Amino acid sequence: MSLRSPVGRVLGLGAAGEGVGHWWTQRVTSVALVLLGLWFVFALIALPDRSYETVTAWMHAPFNAVMLSLLVGTAVYHSQLGVEVVVEDYVSDHAAKIVTLLALKFIHIVLGALGIFSVLRVAFGSAA
Amino acid sequence: MSNPKFERPLSPFMNYRWQYTNTLSILHRVTGIALSVGLLLFVYWLVSAANGPEAYASAQAVFAHPLTIVALVGFSFAFFYHLLNGVRHLVWDAGHGFEKSTARTSGWLVAIGAVVLTAMLWFLLVRGGAV
Repeated sequence: MSLRSPVGRVLGLGAAGEGVGHWWTQRVTSVALVLLGLWFVFALIALPDRSYETVTAWMHAPFNAVMLSLLVGTAVYHSQLGVEVVVEDYVSDHAAKIVTLLALKFIHIVLGALGIFSVLRVAFGSAA
Repeated sequence: MSNPKFERPLSPFMNYRWQYTNTLSILHRVTGIALSVGLLLFVYWLVSAANGPEAYASAQAVFAHPLTIVALVGFSFAFFYHLLNGVRHLVWDAGHGFEKSTARTSGWLVAIGAVVLTAMLWFLLVRGGAV
């Protein structure tokens, strides 16, 4: 049994009934992506080349593996939140909207799993 | 809308005249979607690295294709634009920078900054022998 009053439960949830969770998470992931994204760009420039040996050795380093995993996870999350809003804005047909949202969510989760798994596979594999 | 008898107020986006802020705002969304597509290439690159030298070599062939390089330049511009304009949006979220002159200046900074950073990135990559 919840001790919260009915009014207390709905306060701050707004017309969509979800509150500011989506909006706020988009902002939080955006701040994280500024840092992770800039790290990736600088790392990419700093690599002497982009050969298999160089790139896998770079991904093998624990710090890089963690940063890459965080980058993939956060980017996929942020992307999912972004395309959700776009679909909700432009797809008016209810069935089409639900199907598109589901498809995009599945694609994003698969992308995130593939990306992080690949980084970890290199990180935990024997050094190239 | 077609029947004058039921003339209703229009939603703001239907009767605003075009101005630079529209373009910047739409470009934020467009670059965001572009980056979502770019994630596919990014994950493809990671998967190929995990799948061994042969898979990585075939991915390198894909990335060396002129059309892919054009796309990568586009993605990098989208990245820098979305990043800079995203910070602009965060500042607005915090309640600052709404003055017309400030918003105009920050808009120009974002547009020029994105072009300059993209050019700098590719200058460094080409000089580093990556392309």
